[in-house]
Amino acid sequence: MGRRQPFFWTLYRDGFKNMTWGKPLIWIILLKIFILFAILRVFFFKPAMRGLTDEQKSERVGSHLTQFPSDTLTLND
Amino acid sequence: MDVVTWSRIQFAMTAAYHWLFVPLTLGLALVMAVMETLYVVKKDEFWKKTAQFWMKLFAINFAVGIATGIILEFEFGTNWSNYSWFVGDMFGAPLAIEGILAFFLEATFFAVMFFGWNKVSKRFHLASTWLTGIGATISAFWILVANGWMQNPVGTTFNPDTVRSEMASAAAFWEVVSNPVAVSKFFHSVTSGWVTGGVFVVGVSAWYLLKGREKKFATKSMLIGGLVGLVGSAAVMLSGDASGIHAAEFQPMKLAAAEGLEDGGKGAAFTIVPGIKVPHMLSLLATHDWNGYVPGINDILNGYTDNEGNVIPSVADKMAMGRTALDALATYRANKDTNPELAAQAREVLDANVQYMGYGHLEKPEDVIPPVGVVFWAFRFMVGLGMLLALVLLLSVWFAWKGKLENYRWLLWTALWCIPLVYICGQSGWIVAEVGRQPWTIQGLLPVNVAISSLSAGTVKTTFFVFLAVFALFLVIEIRIMLRAIRKGPEVEPEKL
Repeated sequence: MGRRQPFFWTLYRDGFKNMTWGKPLIWIILLKIFILFAILRVFFFKPAMRGLTDEQKSERVGSHLTQFPSDTLTLND
Repeated sequence: MDVVTWSRIQFAMTAAYHWLFVPLTLGLALVMAVMETLYVVKKDEFWKKTAQFWMKLFAINFAVGIATGIILEFEFGTNWSNYSWFVGDMFGAPLAIEGILAFFLEATFFAVMFFGWNKVSKRFHLASTWLTGIGATISAFWILVANGWMQNPVGTTFNPDTVRSEMASAAAFWEVVSNPVAVSKFFHSVTSGWVTGGVFVVGVSAWYLLKGREKKFATKSMLIGGLVGLVGSAAVMLSGDASGIHAAEFQPMKLAAAEGLEDGGKGAAFTIVPGIKVPHMLSLLATHDWNGYVPGINDILNGYTDNEGNVIPSVADKMAMGRTALDALATYRANKDTNPELAAQAREVLDANVQYMGYGHLEKPEDVIPPVGVVFWAFRFMVGLGMLLALVLLLSVWFAWKGKLENYRWLLWTALWCIPLVYICGQSGWIVAEVGRQPWTIQGLLPVNVAISSLSAGTVKTTFFVFLAVFALFLVIEIRIMLRAIRKGPEVEPEKL
């Protein structure tokens, strides 16, 4: 006698197997996730501070923050 | 155009694209949950089939909209790395909660909703349908907590060691979560999603009636969709009123820009369109006081006294305090290891001026003025279209209830054309909210030109056009699938996704 399979496993398994009009939607989702993560993320959207330690990140952002436009500042009296 | 402008355009396009799908998800979720409730209560198969048809359109919208929000996170890390680091501690909690809830609630109950018709009890299925919508709504809440904090950064303190805005305690977390701007923004955005869902259902149903098809289905759908849309419209108006009060309190420049108000005063008039004003109305909307003081753009630039008697410094003064804060930050960071005494003094100066730190990056006081024309007209599109949509929903519900819809073909055509209009309305609202708070990524603390990464404009331009192509492709696919499903109509295949 076979072991009873978990409800959620059979729900998903049978659901995907019996899909009709939903199948193109699954392909769209997979295609989109592929474009997002395998193309855009890998080739176009590399995190600008990847590989830096937290201390280095603080240092970098801190130095950007303290570069202000002092020479061009024109305050009203 | 420079890298800041390209990055902003790219982010705006991505966010606007994301917001094409979210409101329909929120609205249709409610419509189909109400319909399925009618099925369970009345034990009428008609409502099951009706709910299933709208679930099908919900699934198409969901499939194409899924993961569009993740692109925003890509852009945070690549284009807006200074900003991402600055807000990382604060954004971490809400976005993590959002991710976990979205995954577990939506992924679990979404599957039961579509795959579980013959596998779970009616009541469990109904609960799953409601929980799918509730999961999406809770997700929206956490995103809007993060957005609300950017508009009104409460509950955090700036840590000069980490260069981050940090939440120091559980009480701070509660302050962030209960931020009035976040709360009103949540209700305003979610209920505008109900309007979108309602208008969509009414518009599609109107198309069936115009074609002389699916009369019972279309009339009943119009009734439920219209009621959901009307409840949404009423809630949008109430939460919009709260948003106006909060803009007056926390972002007066946004309000002044939305009104094109150069010089404010007591008993300020509301401009319907240039040349047509309603006396005292702006004061009433912004302060709930007929004679309340509303500052104009020039008042904000030059400084003013608010309704509570607080003296608000001029922008020039804020810039000077901001510069002092930034000088103190530089001194603190340069001396914290070598000269603790000087560092401690610098820290005190920083803490005293930190609320204006962002102003230290501005070149001139006029930099705090957002593009007035854009915000002014976006506000009028939002309000004007919102009122038109509410009227169409009201008439649709009334005539659907009376069973006379087919006698009013002009109303059916109007309802159909309201589908694109509801999207223009929602996008206009976000333009008011986001363009209106320029130049800030975080109000008063971090302007866009400092939030940006060290990138070339060319890099961002390339990814902008890649996105444009990908987004356009998926949008065309979605519209085609959606139209095909609508043309096919609700002669549903009941049990299969």
